[in-house]
Amino acid sequence: MSAVIEGHQDDHHHGPAKGITRWLYTTNHKDIGSLYLWFSFIMLFIGGAMAMVIRAELFEPGSQIVSPEFYNQMVTNHGLIMVFGVIMPAFVGLANWLIPMQIGAPDMALPRLNNLSFWILPAAFGVLLATFFMEGGAPNFGWTFYAPLSTEYAPPTVTYFIFAVHIMGASSIMGSINVITTILNMRAPGMTLMKMPLFVWSWLITAYLLIAVMPVLAGAVTMMLMDIHFGTSFFKAGGGGDPVLFQHIFWFFGHPEVYIMILPAFGIVSHIIETFSRKPIFGYDSMVYAIASIALLSFVVWAHHMFTVGMPIAGELFFMYSTMLIAIPTGVKVFNWLSTMFKGSLTFETPMLFAIAFVALFTIGGLSGLMLAIAPADFQYHDTYFVVAHFHYVLVPGALFSIIAAVYYWLPKWTGYMYDEFMGKTHFWLSFVSVNLTFFPMHFVGLAGMPRRIPDYAMQFADYNMIVSVGAFLFGLSQLLFLYVVLKAIFYGKKATGQVWEGAQGLEWTLDSPPAYHTFETPPNLEAGEAKG
Amino acid sequence: MSSIKKSVSKLFLATVGMFLFGFALVPIYDVFCEITGLNGKVTGPTFSEYEDIGNREIKITFTTTNNNGMPWFFDSDRSQMKVKTGEQNLMSYVFTNTTDKPMIAQAIPSVSPGKGAQYFHKTECFCFEQQYLEPGESISIPLKFVIDPDLPADISSLALGYTLFDITKDQMTKQASN
Ligand code: HEM
Ligand SMILES: [Cu+2]
Repeated sequence: MSAVIEGHQDDHHHGPAKGITRWLYTTNHKDIGSLYLWFSFIMLFIGGAMAMVIRAELFEPGSQIVSPEFYNQMVTNHGLIMVFGVIMPAFVGLANWLIPMQIGAPDMALPRLNNLSFWILPAAFGVLLATFFMEGGAPNFGWTFYAPLSTEYAPPTVTYFIFAVHIMGASSIMGSINVITTILNMRAPGMTLMKMPLFVWSWLITAYLLIAVMPVLAGAVTMMLMDIHFGTSFFKAGGGGDPVLFQHIFWFFGHPEVYIMILPAFGIVSHIIETFSRKPIFGYDSMVYAIASIALLSFVVWAHHMFTVGMPIAGELFFMYSTMLIAIPTGVKVFNWLSTMFKGSLTFETPMLFAIAFVALFTIGGLSGLMLAIAPADFQYHDTYFVVAHFHYVLVPGALFSIIAAVYYWLPKWTGYMYDEFMGKTHFWLSFVSVNLTFFPMHFVGLAGMPRRIPDYAMQFADYNMIVSVGAFLFGLSQLLFLYVVLKAIFYGKKATGQVWEGAQGLEWTLDSPPAYHTFETPPNLEAGEAKG
Repeated sequence: MSSIKKSVSKLFLATVGMFLFGFALVPIYDVFCEITGLNGKVTGPTFSEYEDIGNREIKITFTTTNNNGMPWFFDSDRSQMKVKTGEQNLMSYVFTNTTDKPMIAQAIPSVSPGKGAQYFHKTECFCFEQQYLEPGESISIPLKFVIDPDLPADISSLALGYTLFDITKDQMTKQASN
């Protein structure tokens, strides 16, 4: 059957253009996928360097190497870059590479828009990073940019920050419109919605979330802009506005946003676990419903980030119970992954190791989330390192590990070359140990009362902080090894087969490795026996 | 192809709709606060005559705070008083511009517990107006209020806090942009 596809491609064979213009003008989903992924990789090292500054400052109590002002800029930009510049673009890159190949489409539905969505992203981060060299310094009000810290007390560069957020938002929205349009209109005949690979499902729902909340974020920064420059009082108490309103609007965006950063990971991990368990995913339908219900619930839990602002008791209770409710569909997913592995013929290649670590460590993050969801307990935990521990567990060994797993899993498909398995496993074990060394002790210092976002701390937290810093440096170095493994595969890797992994299911594995520049120009025939992913 | 166009235009409309929804959250929030008394927000001037004044005695505490960096002197005549529900009461506040520049200020009230806010009726209040004071000028302004006899029985005392904001700069930008 794949022979039929390739035979057809030869009819109008044309490869990529040469030189830099290939990348500037490309409308090819594979090129754009690679651009997003490399962009994200570069931003990972920039955001990572900022984390290293933070951990160096916190290595010992006292003011060590940077001023408190610069420390705040580091914390703020580390957060913004990791969220908007690393995790989100990496998922969009994976969507570009994989969705057309997994649904048997020749490309994304809107290829030119796709080019634009990518190229405005480096522009946005160029603007954001340029603020470091401007008067007043870079944004310093935290990635959540609460008013009035980000309005009345902000450095003058806040205007550039607002502009950058607008561009990032536009990029995400255009990308989402593209993803939804592609999935709804361009599936190969016979691929009904309930036969779509889970990665495609997870992205379909993520894209809807993005379209629902990115415009609200755009609204929030627009209101900030107006408060700062046009004398309005959306968030100014003195003019009749309310700073707490900012938090409501921000978290109405912010909580769905954190699920935007995890749903595609659920899709990725499902594929990897079924491949290396050599069993189809357990409970496919329930997986889809779980993702959908997590997405719906994510709209009614936002105030769990603001239990301490002084809500009426009914509000506290509502947001507490609705938040706890999310643990149910999340639990369904975890049990389905475990059931898939149960009695499977397991092998532990690098992608599988990262996927299993994802399941275990993401669950730790989910459990600390449940602790934070208990409103009275959150009065103690709020704004301590316990919260930092929680969201790093869901985002680093959660979202980031899933992206790394995806790169190991699909890299042979994309490039046509295998990575070095020994080096991959070394990368895994170094990352696994150091990520826990970094983030686990944060639970302890958080429970003991160490506040987040401070450049100095009391003596009793010194020992744990030193461990955390050592773990962080090791984790940072391990990611350099990741870069090395990827480059080594591309330049010196062994040739990969089309199937790559013995147990892999899905349309992308019916293609050559690397796939031709244009694939599935005539849709594959699913009735003829191509299984769902 | 046209099905693609249809998807795109629907999604584009959804985007615009959600952008507007973000702004709609502002009035929704205000209405919500008014209903629930969230943040102790107080409504505009109201005047009511009560047939059944209830005759309960309520302790009122008055607090004043200057917002960060606001140099004026700002205080109430007394810090506490006992009042009867349904009766008109009077309290007066002193504002002094202690600087050598003319300034504009605005006092923002908040009642706690928040649940009691909607029963705290102000019939005359400086909080509805901005105060313009010349350097060194000082004024005393009355606040008239009535406590609603419907005040829930479990509330026996209320606190009325004012925070004074310097809005000189905002008024300038507003005038400049008009
Ligand atoms: C079982 C699921 C989860 C529950 C019950 C939960 C609950 C919570 C709660 C209550 C907070 C607020 C803590 C505070 O500020 O006092 C919080 C913070 C946070 N959560 Fe979760 N969470 C869950 C899953 C996730 C996931 C999957 C992600 C992202 C992938 C995530 C990312 C975050 C982030 C980034 C913050 C901190 C935001 C900030 O203040 O900077 N959470 N979570
Ligand atoms: Cu949340």
